[in-house]
Amino acid sequence: MDSFQQTLFKLKQYWAQRGAIIQEPYDVEVGAGTMCPETFLRVLGPKPYRVAYVQPSRRPADGRYGENPNRLYKHQQLQVILKPAPEDVLEQYLGSLEAIGIDLTKHDIKFEEDNWESPTLGAWGIGWQVMLDGMEITQFTYFQQCGGVDLEVVPAEITYGLERLTAFLQGVESVYDIEWTTGFKYSDVRLADEQQFSVYNFEMADVATLWKLFDLHEGECQRLIDAYAEYPDKSRFPVLPTYDQVLKCSNLFNLLDARGAISVTERVGVIGRVRKLAVGVANLWVAQQQEVAA
Amino acid sequence: MPVSFLLELGCEEIPDWMIGTALEDLKAQFQKLIDASSLGGTVAWVDGTPRRLVLRADNLIDRQPDSEEVAMGPPMAAGPGAATGFAKKMGVSVDDLQTVKSAKGEYFSYTRQIKGRPTAEIIAEAIPGIVQKIYFPKTMYWTGKGGFRFIRPIRWIVALLGADVVPFEIAGVKSGNISQGHRRLGASSITVTIENYVEELRKNYVLVLAAERRARIRAGLKKLSVPVKDDPKLLETLTFITEYPTPILGGFDPQYLELPSEVLVTVMRHHQKYFSCENADGTLAPNFVAVMNTDGDPDGLVRQGNERVLRARFNDAKFFYGVDQQKPLRDRVEDLGKVTFQAKLGSYLEKAHRIVDLVQELGGSKNAERAALLCKTDLTTEMVKEFTDLQGVVGGLYAKAQGEPEGVWRAIYDHYKPLSMEDSVPATQDGLIVALADKLDTLRGCFEVGLMPTGSKDPFALRRAAQGVVKILAEGKQDFDIKALAGENAYLREFLLDRVRYYFREVRGYKYDEVNAVLASSSNSLRDVEERLTALKAVRPTENFEPLAASFKRIQNILKQADFKSGAPLDESLLEDGPEKELHAAFVQVREQAKGAAYQPALEAAATLRPAVDKFFDKVMVNVPDEKLRQNRLTLLNGLLTGFSTIADFSEIVVSS
Repeated sequence: MDSFQQTLFKLKQYWAQRGAIIQEPYDVEVGAGTMCPETFLRVLGPKPYRVAYVQPSRRPADGRYGENPNRLYKHQQLQVILKPAPEDVLEQYLGSLEAIGIDLTKHDIKFEEDNWESPTLGAWGIGWQVMLDGMEITQFTYFQQCGGVDLEVVPAEITYGLERLTAFLQGVESVYDIEWTTGFKYSDVRLADEQQFSVYNFEMADVATLWKLFDLHEGECQRLIDAYAEYPDKSRFPVLPTYDQVLKCSNLFNLLDARGAISVTERVGVIGRVRKLAVGVANLWVAQQQEVAA
Repeated sequence: MPVSFLLELGCEEIPDWMIGTALEDLKAQFQKLIDASSLGGTVAWVDGTPRRLVLRADNLIDRQPDSEEVAMGPPMAAGPGAATGFAKKMGVSVDDLQTVKSAKGEYFSYTRQIKGRPTAEIIAEAIPGIVQKIYFPKTMYWTGKGGFRFIRPIRWIVALLGADVVPFEIAGVKSGNISQGHRRLGASSITVTIENYVEELRKNYVLVLAAERRARIRAGLKKLSVPVKDDPKLLETLTFITEYPTPILGGFDPQYLELPSEVLVTVMRHHQKYFSCENADGTLAPNFVAVMNTDGDPDGLVRQGNERVLRARFNDAKFFYGVDQQKPLRDRVEDLGKVTFQAKLGSYLEKAHRIVDLVQELGGSKNAERAALLCKTDLTTEMVKEFTDLQGVVGGLYAKAQGEPEGVWRAIYDHYKPLSMEDSVPATQDGLIVALADKLDTLRGCFEVGLMPTGSKDPFALRRAAQGVVKILAEGKQDFDIKALAGENAYLREFLLDRVRYYFREVRGYKYDEVNAVLASSSNSLRDVEERLTALKAVRPTENFEPLAASFKRIQNILKQADFKSGAPLDESLLEDGPEKELHAAFVQVREQAKGAAYQPALEAAATLRPAVDKFFDKVMVNVPDEKLRQNRLTLLNGLLTGFSTIADFSEIVVSS
């Protein structure tokens, strides 16, 4: 039986052998691997790209104080971007499952319709949730639009839910019982994280402060977006730091949401504010890439 | 010799619910092509799996028949110069022209011989366009921006006319004679012919024919030791989500049976696509059936995997149930203040109070009032946060467990009903009233603050709510005035009436003009509307009815043109002998006859007026110069119109000429 980290090594190895860059996690809080610049920005424009990375993804509202065996505030995704999507991409994906020891002739695999959409990022795609013996293990998406921009080259995004997958492989009922490596369980590594962040996210996060931070990051982001037009040397304009501000806003939105501070109708408005920034940065990125290529 | 054609579009997994309509579309388009191109033959069948859309046509000819096309030129009288010009335009010499005679004279003409094209060529040219036009609700591109769009990427194409490949290309994929088997059990490259196609795929664990997959699932279910709950809709989903379906039986710990069966079934059916199983007495058994897309589960791995997933789901549900019971619904009413219904319409607490008021207004019982107060409280429970489609149902079940009277918990349980046109209305009177009040509140509120649906956008599902109101009134036999229910808002009144028309037309099958006729009368209770419609429908085919309706329309026009205002009552002394007096006598007699009669006899009686009305219009002039006489005749006609339009406004009836 492979440990959590051995399974990870194998998946990374598998995609490395297929020409993917193996990146490390992005160091700003994100709700999903899709939001990392390695996906959100790289899928824009005509340049091919192949990358795989593990991304710890924060979903404050999903926290359960470490008491639910399947639900986590922060879970680990393995995110694979293949741009353009190779013709045999689904076969390659199935091969990755075999590489971590799943004999697919003995299991039931189904691709069920599930079109991914992120209103905050102005992004959507067409795809499936991949079901293994009745359990969703992967989200597979052909991106169509990102930051409100139609993609020139269609990438495939493969997102593995690592805790679910390894709990399945190890035959344990609770993610906390996953063996991370010999002598250490998932709970040894992450339980305190889950408990403390649940307390903070649900009980102690100060709503007024969060709103203040949201406004500050939003302002900084917009200031930078507006500065691009007049900036003399486009190739050195800080598009990437501008995008970090979008991520900050997105995470603060998720925190406010978990805190119950956003009503259903306000939601639409706040999502719109974040999307406006995301769309702004996506357009800057495309413009800058064209500038650099010219 | 007639030939057959086989098309297989190999795709990545197409959503199950779109396959049937896509195949029908493909079939219709291809049949149109062979008809329009005179290729003979018919589409023998279309069928498919998530990974392939297949069409087979038989008895095609291999070459289109030759044909002629006649082009008309200038008249011969125009002279040789015109003939030369025409021949040049046709690309031939003057000697090739013919002449034709017509009523207008003799003309030059040219008959072009059109050689029939090979069938393969015609098909090859047409298929990419046909495939492009197959309708899907949402499409994607994958070869790059501006590239071919389809439901999912096309990865291979088989196109055979007889023994030969029909060559064409779609989205960079060339047609051939190579298909693919099941993703893991079959070969990834299978050479096929038209004759062996279905069989070769079967050998490679793909059952191309949906009927075969359906039968395989049914047979598998029958073999199981536990009776499976019939679920035709789920069976269809599973038929079209698999290429080689095999049902397996799994079990769960009977301790979970303590959870409400609604919750268990929702988890199994909606979340996991499992059939549920029942005991001989109809209660839920601790088993489920998963349908795999593979041939078997010899080591029990798939069963164990599915059992594990279900256990986790049930554990969640059990956990939610336990947590939820710590705070009964009656203590959650105030919590609704924190749940927004709609920014301008306030919280669910405010909504709950409005529903209570409405229940009182509608004359509901104390139980209905209590149910109205509690019906939204389940929105604060963990169970509903997790299984949103169980809202209402969970509230009802919790209320029952927490000792609320049966009238109360049943009303809560049913208050979202009917969820669709097919769904039933609430089972109890209290349930009907609460469901009605809830929907009315949503409608009145949203219309008041300007949130009415526009085009296809209806974020608050107001059409469904209005349809629910109509269904409750009609099928729940509630005697409320629908116009009064709409309140002051004219838009809402029209919106509701529109749904009433839709309901009686589309759901109940009445003709649109019958519905208009009844709605134009004074009837506002849907129960009454339906009784009138039944009578109208019965009387309509009788000999005298439609002509009478036409006469009523005429009367209406005459009154309108004369700008008639009713004043003095009819002066019988002014009536002329003959048709006018006869009409009046018939009118008086029929009026007596219809007084207090049921709708149908009343309408039948009215229909007997026809000969008298016809005769009147035939012989009597209405617009006579004598002012008094004219006014008297108009008064007579007006009496007829108002006297007999109370059941239905006959002038709305569209008379077939």
